[in-house]
Amino acid sequence: MQNIIKIITVFVFIFILGIFYVSLNRSSNYDTETLVGNKLGEIKLKSFYKDKFYVNEDFENNKYTLINFWASWCAPCRIEHQYLMELSNQKNIKILGVNFKDKKTNALKFLKDLGNPYDYLAKDTQGKQSVSFGIYGIPESILIDNKLIILKKVIGPLNSQDLEEINKIIKNL
Amino acid sequence: MLSNIGNSLLFLNIFFGFLIIHYSINFLKNSNTTIPKKIYHLSLLQSTSILICFCTLVAAFLVSDFSLITVYQNSHTLKPIFYKISGTWGNHEGSLLLWAIILTIFSFLFLIFNKNHPKNFRLHTLIIQNLLILGFLFFILFNSNPFSVINPIPKEGLGLNPILQDPALAIHPPLLYVGFVGSSIYFSAAMASMITNYSDSLFAKSIKSWVVISWTFQTLGILVGSIWAYYELGWGGFWFWDPVENASLLPWFAMTALLHSLIVLEKRNILYFWTIILCLLTFILSVTGTFLVRSGILNSVHTFANDPSRGIYILIFLSLMIIASIYFLFSRYKPTNNYLNSNSKETFVLINNWFMMFYLITVLLGTLYPIFTDALFNSKISVGPPFYNSVIIPVVTVFLILMAVGPQVKWIKNKFTNIKSYLLIILAALLINFLIFYFFKSYSITSNLIIISSLFLIISSIKDIFKKTNHFPRVISHLSFGFLIFFIGLNHNFSIEKDFNLKLGEKKQIDNFQFFLQDLELTKYPNYQAVKGKIKISNLITSEERTLKPEIRIYDNPQTLTYEASIRTNFLKDYYLTMSNIDRSEYYNIKFQEKPLMIWIWISVISLSLGGFLSLFRYAKYN
Repeated sequence: MQNIIKIITVFVFIFILGIFYVSLNRSSNYDTETLVGNKLGEIKLKSFYKDKFYVNEDFENNKYTLINFWASWCAPCRIEHQYLMELSNQKNIKILGVNFKDKKTNALKFLKDLGNPYDYLAKDTQGKQSVSFGIYGIPESILIDNKLIILKKVIGPLNSQDLEEINKIIKNL
Repeated sequence: MLSNIGNSLLFLNIFFGFLIIHYSINFLKNSNTTIPKKIYHLSLLQSTSILICFCTLVAAFLVSDFSLITVYQNSHTLKPIFYKISGTWGNHEGSLLLWAIILTIFSFLFLIFNKNHPKNFRLHTLIIQNLLILGFLFFILFNSNPFSVINPIPKEGLGLNPILQDPALAIHPPLLYVGFVGSSIYFSAAMASMITNYSDSLFAKSIKSWVVISWTFQTLGILVGSIWAYYELGWGGFWFWDPVENASLLPWFAMTALLHSLIVLEKRNILYFWTIILCLLTFILSVTGTFLVRSGILNSVHTFANDPSRGIYILIFLSLMIIASIYFLFSRYKPTNNYLNSNSKETFVLINNWFMMFYLITVLLGTLYPIFTDALFNSKISVGPPFYNSVIIPVVTVFLILMAVGPQVKWIKNKFTNIKSYLLIILAALLINFLIFYFFKSYSITSNLIIISSLFLIISSIKDIFKKTNHFPRVISHLSFGFLIFFIGLNHNFSIEKDFNLKLGEKKQIDNFQFFLQDLELTKYPNYQAVKGKIKISNLITSEERTLKPEIRIYDNPQTLTYEASIRTNFLKDYYLTMSNIDRSEYYNIKFQEKPLMIWIWISVISLSLGGFLSLFRYAKYN
């Protein structure tokens, strides 16, 4: 019995130290930019207004879709909002807004005050679905094509340069 | 110049370390029972020279000697003097030097304050401690040298991260280090005790005060870190279950368990090997914590620049410590027949230890799990407060009750004669709890249980104060812990949070509060500019009025924007308010919180550690 405990103890420590060693050479920053080029998995997002879900097929007819994660409580989301408004005038891109961990009244007020750029509006009240998109903070935006391949990922608020790049992608048909 | 002085002193320290080990080994076989003066002198010299070495670095920070990379990266000529000094340990290299200082000074103090213990035990402790010191000195010298130079010499430094420019954070590392680096001395003593077979209650006596010192400082260090998080990080929380906070909590659990098992070893001469395991574990956890933080394999609010070579070094150091610990433990382990009566103080102390181990394992799992899943399955997950809260909180309830009962139990064999008084205490606790939710507001079942059990502990401890016990420090600590949980429980249940936007001159009414943004004022400071808001908060029910002045600070070096919470504290509650600008809008986002009894949470922890200090004084008086 005693020997078994000894062996187990040794193995536990070897295991932990081994994991530490392996982890040292890994990047601990969750780099979601590497997701570019991958296909989005199954989308299932609850609609903000109606009792329905947005799924993959909803976006396959759009040439491009920008998925934007936002919330009324998020200050940088306000900063980037003007760029989304600008983008909403473009023809070959649709914008899906995912309202993240927000209160409905606050979110509606936000859109009323600043304008609503979204063609689709979904909600992720618990912040759980967003995780499968590789979101770890908001705002974040993902540009996909009609095959749901990720073309670009913006972590943090969109700026004029991002907007230019997105415009370049969607106009270079 | 300062670089040369610093480097020479580091080399000198390494030389002293080898010399002490050399003389100590030579002297082990000597039949003389006293340790020669020479070793004392060397140890004193070692402490002095490492202190001078540290002062050299402080001086470099003070005169802004940017030829040193560390100073260049972490300081700036315009920084206030206080933060120039605290900047010394606000970075990886400087803080390692602080490690080395504490290792050395504890080594010296242990040597001079344990004269009535066997010579060989003390010498072995000194040898092992010096091996640790050498390990760290080599690490400092060859990997993280604070005296490394940069050429050409920059004209100006990069500055210290503004959120670290804070008085609480200036004293947080030193306090915490005395705690967990201090635990090195009983790691060394535990090894020495196994090597020299010095295993009875006298061993417990030799390390007791060191455990108390490190526990007390660790407690204070954690507290100061929490206070900083509360008013600097700007969202009103004080504990985040952040991996780095956990890293400081893990040794604390081990120390607390050790503190209790030592009493049993001292009084009854049992649980020797368990105590040894705790001694070893405390320091191993401290080094593990350092590894996790400094190697960069964890992400948290504590951002040290990541460098895998540091990680490798600490990992090798850690592995050697663990191998040595396991080797000695297994080779010296003798099964002992620790017969324990299930109703005795010994058993209750052991139960305390089980609880501590339970907390320790829970927090350890939560902290390491993301690292494991990442390394093994390549999946990034994070373990957050819901895990800790749901696993730990229900267990705390039972723990508090046992904490109240345990100290009353007698050694060896106990009989419960005072069941009646316990029933009365429970009744009183139930009644107070009822009054709280009757007059204020109801809360969840778990919260009820937490409040009741903490009240049970509080009332029992208060009763103890009147009993003229000679365990006054213990009573204070237990009482404070009861209050701590009680206040956290109330604070959690009665906090109010409001989030809204406000522009200059606007009044807004939410529930029974009215907010009025009276004024905005731009002020220039030496190292930053601040937009100060003046917000009047009126409570419409109590017609109480308070003005809060949150700030948005724009630091120049490095350029950063920080939001300073404005906090008005009184004995009943804190008003906590942060203001952030909204781009291209005249509105400001306001986050307001009313947090009841905040100050009592801090006071409880201070008084918890006061128990530690009192017990030290008492110990000093009787020995």
